[in-house]
Amino acid sequence: MLVGEYTGIKVQEAKPLKRTKLPLLGHGVIYSELEKKVMSRSGIKAMAEGDVKILGGWPSPFVMRPRIALNIKSVGYKFLEEKVGVKSDLLIKSNPVYKKIPVLIHGDKPICESLVIVQYIDETWSSGPSILPSDAYDRATARFWAAYIDDKWVPALSGITKAQGEEAEAEAVKQLLVGTALLEEAFQKCSKGNAFFGGDSIGYLDIALGSFLGWLRVAELNGLTILNAEKTPGLVGWAENFCADSAVKEVIPETGKLAEFAKMIFAKTKAPPSTWFNK
Amino acid sequence: MAESDVKILGAWASPFVMRPRIALNIKSVGYEFLEEKVGVKSDLLIKSNPVYKKIPVLIHGDKPICESLVIVQYIDETWSSGPSILPSDVYDRATARFWAAYIDDKWFPALSEIVKVQGEGEEAKAEAVKQLLAGIALLEEAFQKCSKGKAFFGGDSIGYLDIALGSFLGWLRVTELNGLTILDAEKTPGLVGWAENFCADSAVKEVMPETGKLAELAKRLFAKTKAPPST
Repeated sequence: MLVGEYTGIKVQEAKPLKRTKLPLLGHGVIYSELEKKVMSRSGIKAMAEGDVKILGGWPSPFVMRPRIALNIKSVGYKFLEEKVGVKSDLLIKSNPVYKKIPVLIHGDKPICESLVIVQYIDETWSSGPSILPSDAYDRATARFWAAYIDDKWVPALSGITKAQGEEAEAEAVKQLLVGTALLEEAFQKCSKGNAFFGGDSIGYLDIALGSFLGWLRVAELNGLTILNAEKTPGLVGWAENFCADSAVKEVIPETGKLAEFAKMIFAKTKAPPSTWFNK
Repeated sequence: MAESDVKILGAWASPFVMRPRIALNIKSVGYEFLEEKVGVKSDLLIKSNPVYKKIPVLIHGDKPICESLVIVQYIDETWSSGPSILPSDVYDRATARFWAAYIDDKWFPALSEIVKVQGEGEEAKAEAVKQLLAGIALLEEAFQKCSKGKAFFGGDSIGYLDIALGSFLGWLRVTELNGLTILDAEKTPGLVGWAENFCADSAVKEVMPETGKLAELAKRLFAKTKAPPST
């Protein structure tokens, strides 16, 4: 802030102070819009829900990630659903490099790549609960495992759907379980006895992995158990807590609906919905 | 914080290893460089990076940090009083992270592909080159946008995205020696100028491998394994 009584204070820190003060002075009114309260003064455009949009699809784990992040920050947004198999003009314009969901559009600025978006959300709405850990080493650890999930674990998961024949499928399952065992170990280390990778509340790594729980449940319906109480007890407990969290509950797809969707896609394309696993 | 408190496990020829070394140089942080022997993974490497067993690894005190871009961000955040590596603006940060991920997820695999298809005939090679050049055109565009007329993606000084891409310049020069031009004054004028500035930077100069030396290594590795040094 360059002028006024909050000179020298960062804008992000001054905002909540002003928000409290203005109604007391009669200079502003707090009103509610759909999902969040906004402060409005005449001549100043309030940060309406319309300023934040997510282009996405309800079944996509990658799309879930920024939605959970925005929920953690209590930031309202407009969810623009892409039709399956059709890329909208807006998507192509906002993500010309990959033409993939999710895309966050903040004002007129597009941000692409789910984990880049989650970090952007954390840094932009910095007054809300933190998503990245506060310690630099814990941050590095969270980023390391999130990258592992996207670079190794998710490809192992989609490898199962792509595998031709029983032997190939068994090998693919083995790879996935090895990766999941590493993640169980990571969970034990990161959570330090708390409910989440992020500690007491959901954080970056919880979001990175938890976004796949809907699909893991579909796999279980089809006879493939990935999280089990004997080998990955930590992750089993974590999964329950994650899915029950208020930031997650309303965006995690219902397992039956997802299973139906998977069947439909598989039948339609004669190929597994592995593109939903391609970030 | 003595020099021995910061170690980099790595190798002089690896672009990924260059990244944290440049970052530490930007921060004027001294470190011990522990070179892995080609083809042999040390016990320390296996212990510090059990998941991938790959270089680089930064060991800070007794804490190992793996994955080059994760390490660079760790360095930026840990030695926060030095010059910033990530941009200060949140949207610029997202842009830098996006393009750095593009480089590692798409562009570098396209570069390795060219090397991999060496023995597979002209058509395969031409396709691989086409992919790489399409990627470079995107990066030229990104450079024009991010640099806003300045020398680097990061502006006046080297930043995250400069490090992510610049670490490959040694190898790009080797491919040029072998007749394949990737940065060219006509199609990628911005990147040509940027490359010169990057390689001349004080944080980069001493860690950028000398092209002739790299070319020799490439020949040796290619001959030894009958596979290109794409790792």
